[in-house]
Amino acid sequence: MSEAFFRTEMLPQQPPPLRETGAVKWVRENLISSWLNAILTAVSLYVVVVLLAWIVPWFWNSVWIADSLSHCREILAGRSGGCFAVITERWLQLLFGAYPPALYWRPIAAFVLLFVALAPMLFTGLPRRMLWFSAAYPFLGYWLIWGGTPWFAVTAALGFVVAGIAYRAFETRGGAVPLIAAAAAAIVWWVFLAGAARGALDAALPVGIEFVRSDRLGGFLISMIIGVSGIALSLPIGILLALGRRSDMPIVKMSCVIIIEFIRGVPLITLLFTASLLLNYFLPPGTNFDLILRVIIMVTIFSAAYIAEVIRGGLASLPRGQFEAADSLGLDYWRAMRLIILPQALKVSIPGIVNTFIGLFKDTTLVVFIGLLDPLNLANAIRADQKWNGIYWEIYIFIGALFFAFCFAISRYSMYLERRLKTDHR
Amino acid sequence: MEDLAARAIDRSRMTVTDEIAIEIVKMNKWYGTFHVLRDIDLTVYKGERIVICGPSGSGKSTLIRCINRLEEHQQGKIVVDGIELTSDLKNVDKVRSEVGMVFQHFNLFPHLTVLENCTLAPIWVRKVPKKEAEETAMHFLRKVRIPEQAMKYPGQLSGGQQQRVAIARSLCMKPRIMLFDEPTSALDPEMIKEVLDTMIELAQEGMTMLCVTHEMGFAQAVANRVIFMDQGQIVEQNEPREFFNNPKSDRTRLFLSQILGH
Repeated sequence: MSEAFFRTEMLPQQPPPLRETGAVKWVRENLISSWLNAILTAVSLYVVVVLLAWIVPWFWNSVWIADSLSHCREILAGRSGGCFAVITERWLQLLFGAYPPALYWRPIAAFVLLFVALAPMLFTGLPRRMLWFSAAYPFLGYWLIWGGTPWFAVTAALGFVVAGIAYRAFETRGGAVPLIAAAAAAIVWWVFLAGAARGALDAALPVGIEFVRSDRLGGFLISMIIGVSGIALSLPIGILLALGRRSDMPIVKMSCVIIIEFIRGVPLITLLFTASLLLNYFLPPGTNFDLILRVIIMVTIFSAAYIAEVIRGGLASLPRGQFEAADSLGLDYWRAMRLIILPQALKVSIPGIVNTFIGLFKDTTLVVFIGLLDPLNLANAIRADQKWNGIYWEIYIFIGALFFAFCFAISRYSMYLERRLKTDHR
Repeated sequence: MEDLAARAIDRSRMTVTDEIAIEIVKMNKWYGTFHVLRDIDLTVYKGERIVICGPSGSGKSTLIRCINRLEEHQQGKIVVDGIELTSDLKNVDKVRSEVGMVFQHFNLFPHLTVLENCTLAPIWVRKVPKKEAEETAMHFLRKVRIPEQAMKYPGQLSGGQQQRVAIARSLCMKPRIMLFDEPTSALDPEMIKEVLDTMIELAQEGMTMLCVTHEMGFAQAVANRVIFMDQGQIVEQNEPREFFNNPKSDRTRLFLSQILGH
């Protein structure tokens, strides 16, 4: 008997058997693969049907046009149904708070332009020149929403231009010199020169649009302002904190650890109360520091501390070889970080970062406790109205749907980003 | 191994000059209290091809990692290409841009294409215009015989191809000295040859090379000096024929019998 064998021709590929493909296979494998699974499938179907039988008529019968809750009940005449008439009547208030209705176009324009500004950052296919608009957007958006003279936003923006010029001038020095020069130039500009420049521009060209005070802002507008500013500012600050925490320099490292641990160890609501009540005692008397700005600062450092830890996890996940390879090619610290380390660390951290962002966005509703008119506070106000007293499902469904739409969009984008950045071909 | 040793090597350009490339004087290094490198004295002349071997933990990798200061030495002096390595970061970056390094695990940047891996350092460190950097990169990718992979990501290549990209990436900085830290140890046997071939070509062009490796065939074929290290010190160094046929110390003899025995 001989066990020797050799193949004379290779076998071609064949299609799998029919019962192993298509819908039949799916049902067999996923719904009725065993008796237990078949029973579970039946029970689940029953629960789904009962829930739908309850929810669908409620939405189907819902009343969209009525003066008050009692009017709604008359129309429904005892049937189960929602009273979305409250949304029809009050949706503008839920979106804009007490913003002057004649000026609604300004926040709408700011909202639309936000996407124009975000587009080149979110999608690399777009022309890079659009980033200039993204850079200008924070100032434009501020001016559109609050109004008043444009020169405040312009002189504030000029601080960054001054910083850029200073950076260029000292670029050849290397190390941290250009960064320090840029920061110093910007601070000098904002503290000593910006006020005079604004005055001069105001005198020369007294233009402007109607000013809207911060206490008129409310509703979803305020959630967007706080959420978007917090997200945009906390990412860079979080990155710096994460790098600082891994630094070899003891003072830098210590201060970053203290900031991160302190901020993470304190509830956000405490920080918000600090912003609304305590900060005034610490600031020099007479300084009028906008409450929304104070809240943005607190929300930003709060989520920056979380982001820092998420990114630190990403940094720790990179093999040491990546740092060594970057070093061995002669890249200095900042270039190695920017070109090699951070792109990879941020990619790993995307789920955690997005998680923090979504949390931050929803946490903006906590400003209800310090009296800002966010959607939840407006819901309370609407329910306090005699006409709508006793209504709650409909308002909260509306507010929930708006938050869900935004958070879901962020989540889907992050999944797209993860797919696009996937280059490891595992 | 016999295969490599028997290979016709063009030695016409493998000339050792009397110019000093690396000078290490009385260098000591500790990891905590563990004395990893002890009194290392080593002078490398331009054009030398040095193979460093020894048992694991003998400090051979640490030695070449000190040459571009991936590891810091605590005592003694290291001068590379006329620049002394001190805590001055400017000098360190200058040395690193003159000294290429190839790692055991390639350490390619997985988020960049092969071409971008090769052009990154020339563009950002040497300030070479992008177009020119890409031409140089393609030149070296042709040289390591994988120009057709330029647009792929490292994760799509085999280990041998990745290591050749890593060599090309170092060469794009036009280094005067190349350090190899066990470049073939993580490769399948089939791929070792393609990487060694690339290294042999490099040696034939007169590159100054320090190579930590267990490929004794490579040592016999191209090295002009073989260094044997054990317990953090240089135990023996000699030209390859003497080193392999007539080792002086018992430690070397034992090591050689272990790695050549099977």
